[in-house]
Amino acid sequence: MTVESTAGAATAAVPELVQLLTPEGERVEHPRFSLETTPEELRSIYRDLVLVRRFDGEATALQRQGELGLWASLLGQEAAQVGSGRAQRPGDWAFPTYREHGVAWCKGVDPLNLLGMFRGVNHGGWDPYEKNFQLYTIVIGSQTLHATGYAMGITKDGTDDAVVAYFGDGASSQGDVNEAFTFASVYNAPVVFFCQNNQWAISEPTERQTRVPLYQRAAGFGFPGVRVDGNDVLACLAVTRWALERARNGEGPTLIEAFTYRMGAHTTSDDPTRYRIADELEEWKLKDPIERVKAYLVREEWADQEFFDAVDAESEQLARRVREGVRNMPDPDPTSIFENVYAEGHALVDEERAQYVEYAASFDGSEEVGEGR
Amino acid sequence: MAAENYSMVKALNEALRRSLEADPKTLVMGEDVGRLGGVFRVTDGLHKDFGDARIIDTPLAESGIMGTAIGLALRGYRPVVEIQFDGFVYPAFDQIVTQLAKMHARALGHVKLPITVRIPFGGGIGAVEHHSESHEAYFAHTAGLKVVSPSNPVDAHWMLRQAIASDDPVIFLEPKRRYWDKGVVDPLGEAPAALHAARVARPGRDLTLIAYGPMVKVCLEAAEAAAEDGHQIEVVDLRSLSPVDFDTLEASVKRTGRAVVVHEAPVFMGMGSELAARITERCFYSLEAPVLRVGGYFAPYPPSRVEETYLPDLDRVLDAVDRALAF
Repeated sequence: MTVESTAGAATAAVPELVQLLTPEGERVEHPRFSLETTPEELRSIYRDLVLVRRFDGEATALQRQGELGLWASLLGQEAAQVGSGRAQRPGDWAFPTYREHGVAWCKGVDPLNLLGMFRGVNHGGWDPYEKNFQLYTIVIGSQTLHATGYAMGITKDGTDDAVVAYFGDGASSQGDVNEAFTFASVYNAPVVFFCQNNQWAISEPTERQTRVPLYQRAAGFGFPGVRVDGNDVLACLAVTRWALERARNGEGPTLIEAFTYRMGAHTTSDDPTRYRIADELEEWKLKDPIERVKAYLVREEWADQEFFDAVDAESEQLARRVREGVRNMPDPDPTSIFENVYAEGHALVDEERAQYVEYAASFDGSEEVGEGR
Repeated sequence: MAAENYSMVKALNEALRRSLEADPKTLVMGEDVGRLGGVFRVTDGLHKDFGDARIIDTPLAESGIMGTAIGLALRGYRPVVEIQFDGFVYPAFDQIVTQLAKMHARALGHVKLPITVRIPFGGGIGAVEHHSESHEAYFAHTAGLKVVSPSNPVDAHWMLRQAIASDDPVIFLEPKRRYWDKGVVDPLGEAPAALHAARVARPGRDLTLIAYGPMVKVCLEAAEAAAEDGHQIEVVDLRSLSPVDFDTLEASVKRTGRAVVVHEAPVFMGMGSELAARITERCFYSLEAPVLRVGGYFAPYPPSRVEETYLPDLDRVLDAVDRALAF
């Protein structure tokens, strides 16, 4: 049984998933990855999972109501994101794709910040330095290089911060991801490559991206790879903590493949019924990341109905805040197009801004101003 | 150290050295920039004096170089990236156009990427394929990037220092066929002009030749030759391709009434197309002739034995000058 990839691992018959909490909510031990948790911490984890799912569901609803142009749901991936998110220290940086809402939550980013780009009022716009959470990156895999470069900078600074680079199974085919592996490896950069293998890159199954389990790719680059049950928040937490410790201790990068499932569509524009069968979805429903934590809390009598009701009530409050926040999000001023193109300005941008302002002013007094947009 | 007669390579090297000394966050990264000192020796001796941590030999992957430079900039560093040859920048093109150019706007100004991308560009050195390209229009077309190209050692020195000091990403196009031209550089002096200002390299009253990088020298020679025929040709060295100093161009063309733009890149959709359109808009009532363009042909850069046919030379520039004067 091989969890860490080695040269011979490509021939391993069935790769083992690191698991600490079974789908039935049974706590199991793993020979290499242990985790101490208090009842209080488990309740806090449960709360994160529920709130993140509720926020995500609200965003999907807001898209259906026309308040958002698009939404990329994380449904099914809550454990992978909350586990890896909670493993980070405040000084650590996360470099997300566009689906890391659960990581953002754990880093303390206001969920409303994430919705601006999906509403179309900005392209992100939050200050990455505030919570050490980089802007969402849409082009697949690009951010893994930024994460690696950032980690190279940490090495130069001599601090014990670390970086988590998020990407998916589809991104594993990108040149940038493979170049990031190379750079991280040869510079021994303190970066954790956290791949959420959610089985589908829009309509393409993982089989279209790779013929070996993704975590085994790490061996070819000279660093360890681990496959973890991506629906097991405790396993994701333990393995990410371990990988971050390695990074802090100067032991270089790690690849974590969080084996999970995208329960929803790729985005609200996608129709997964065209390419995958309902049985598959039913099978993964049994592995739900939240239900198993709830079952564990109940079995151990670490939470009562009052607690679960309180979390539900809090999640409804969050949904209400998000709903109102999105509806009240103002459209940007048209002249904002010309802002922040450059840090030090640019003559042509200034010239075109002035031309636009003059053109817009020529409509003053006309009823058509601002209409028909 | 007083003024010295430097080749453009030495002038660039000295600019890197001064920038590295001035700011400990400045880094140099690229392929073979360390012990070798770069294939053109622009980084010669820097590794010995600044070490592995600041003069970084990278894996042979241009997108990786560009992407990690962005990450280093996010961490507060000021990377100066060397792309070994013009034709090798395309693997990094996505990172440059999609990330480097747009991240400041995406972050509403919260993120600065003070990265300089040095690229030896253009032909005329008898190289194999992919070593002679002029791709400035791709970069100039992209909002978020600044694009400059020096034509002589003095500008090379000062413009590189200014580009490195800039908080915006700058594509720094080095005319490799002029690497060995000499000029008197005083690194302790002051920059002769702002980074994005054009310069009248030779005054004249009959026609304005507009060029940048490698073609400035050809245009100066053409102006000299035309003077023998009694034509006073003004030569404007554009220096900055984004932003373009249109005010200097406008002032010149309004005086001369005629303009010819010269570059190595293909004429079609090249810098000259934009310059001709803008000059026409700004100087319409002063123009005595349409703005003419001289450049490379709409064909892949040819094998070196016929590159002299492809590259604008003295005669082709003079031919265009004659046509413009004949209107």
